[in-house]
Amino acid sequence: MNLSKDLYNKEKLEQKPTRDGYGHGLVELGKKNPNIVVLGADLTGSTRCDWFEKEFPDRFIQIGIAEQNMMGVAVGLALSGKIPFASTYSVFCPGRNWDQIRVSVAYNKANVKFTGAHAGISVGPDGATHQGLEDIAITRCLPNLTVLAPCDMIETKKATIAAGEMEGPVYLRFAREATPIFTTEKTPFQISKAEVFREGKDVSIIACGPTVYEALLAANDLEKEGISVEVVNNHTIKPIDEKTIIETAKKTGAVVTAEDHQVMGGMGSAVVEVLSKNHPVPVEMIGVQDRFGESGQTDELMKEFGLVAENIKEAVKKVIKRKA
Amino acid sequence: MGIKEIEKKANEIRKDIIEMLLEAKSGHSAGSLGMADVFAALYFGDIMKYDSKNPEWKERDRVVLSNAHICPVWYATLAQAGYFPIKELKTLRKLGSKLQGHPDRFELSGIETSGGSLGQGLSIACGMAYSFNKLDKKDNWVWALTSDGEHDEGQMWEAAMFAGKNKLFNITQIMDRNNIQIDGYTEDVMPLEPLKEKYEAFNWHVLEIDGHNIEEIIDACNKSKAIFEKPTLIIAHTIPGKGVDFMEWEYSWHGKAPCAEEANKALNCLRTLDGKIKSEHE
Repeated sequence: MNLSKDLYNKEKLEQKPTRDGYGHGLVELGKKNPNIVVLGADLTGSTRCDWFEKEFPDRFIQIGIAEQNMMGVAVGLALSGKIPFASTYSVFCPGRNWDQIRVSVAYNKANVKFTGAHAGISVGPDGATHQGLEDIAITRCLPNLTVLAPCDMIETKKATIAAGEMEGPVYLRFAREATPIFTTEKTPFQISKAEVFREGKDVSIIACGPTVYEALLAANDLEKEGISVEVVNNHTIKPIDEKTIIETAKKTGAVVTAEDHQVMGGMGSAVVEVLSKNHPVPVEMIGVQDRFGESGQTDELMKEFGLVAENIKEAVKKVIKRKA
Repeated sequence: MGIKEIEKKANEIRKDIIEMLLEAKSGHSAGSLGMADVFAALYFGDIMKYDSKNPEWKERDRVVLSNAHICPVWYATLAQAGYFPIKELKTLRKLGSKLQGHPDRFELSGIETSGGSLGQGLSIACGMAYSFNKLDKKDNWVWALTSDGEHDEGQMWEAAMFAGKNKLFNITQIMDRNNIQIDGYTEDVMPLEPLKEKYEAFNWHVLEIDGHNIEEIIDACNKSKAIFEKPTLIIAHTIPGKGVDFMEWEYSWHGKAPCAEEANKALNCLRTLDGKIKSEHE
């Protein structure tokens, strides 16, 4: 998988937010394709769109704090041959403008890419209103839409470029905080292809976003306790890679899902839908358990809401006990 | 096409609407009938660039119908303009039909955007106009057809601000000002006036016309194409249900289709109307 040499040596890994990968990806796309256009909704800096704006000022469109209009304008651009990236926080997009996404974007199959930055409890001190915990649930239920939650900065750059190069609407999810960069330029990335980042035989952890790294840490610790854990990076929540999910469940016979999102309707729910139809196994789900977030430092909140390696380890032990 | 022929065309469109809605047993009568003259003028008054035999023609103008529930008038106009056979109109709202209850752009040629949720079309028109005017430096025109009622939606005003900011002069918005919405008269449900002054404050050029006077419609559309500083709004004052006496001004006909008896009466009204619509307003 060509992951970092220092994979389990967290102190040695460089840490950057996934949204930086979006910024780099946009600039690279902009250089390759004159039809790439970026739309900002008064959050240009924190979504890293200012990097694109600086390089290509004529192809950056400032919409103001108007996410509903932003989606419509993006659709009009897409229907005229452009490839728009509409960028703001996940609580506003797809949060505030869901009907525009449903009708104007998805029903029209408009070639619009839209992003939810600052997704997850990891947003930190801004508190509940700004911690997007429902975006996967409300996007993955829409026909025609692709939903991506990449795991680190490098993968986010790849996901951004892949989104720009495919035809059709795509939702991209990013986090605010710096997280370890543990993949490399050589790590494979393909939309709708989940990757087994670590092989194991007792339990599979299927995760997305920066939580994948917590899953790897948990797996590494559990190895020392004699538990062999497989870790799957499930960056594409829709269309989901059924084959890889079924294969890993058949191999290990138990699954833990992990994500920085509500457990209801999230990536874990998508995995459970696949397994219950095809190969039912015991599942434990790591995620936010039906509550709103709150203010705090990111590391405090991740512990408070049960989203760190320690919590994943407990879930692994619990699910092993449930194996037939 | 001359004014008299366009008036006749509008009446043909009205008859098609009644026949379609009768077959479908549901749909929106009042707004569809009320906008027949505007649609006839747009498609037959030498205003827009389009080619029904080559619907994907790159130089074509774009039409976005934001209040998409009045699509029966659009379907009938497109059929009259040669986009598809008139007999297909009778499949409206039936399983497997290309004529969905609200338009689906993948089903029917001549439809640029699928829609149906109010308040979204003007934003899409803005994106198209920005693309043509600012990015590609092309002169395709964008015709955004909207309703008065959907101006309750905040997104309409977001789009109006955006068009004003960017001086998107290549948009002409034609607002169906028929004063009704589902729950009653617009000024009772949620007052919209003063619409002209509001749009002017948003940096639009505003024209007000009688939406049943073909000459006025054509004249206003042509004027809007000669304005290069601002987007233009044409407030078309229309009578909901126009042409069918028992439907006119009745907001109860907003979202209702006629039964067989009512359709017969309506068609009788329309047959006696040929050539009379304009003179009523002279």
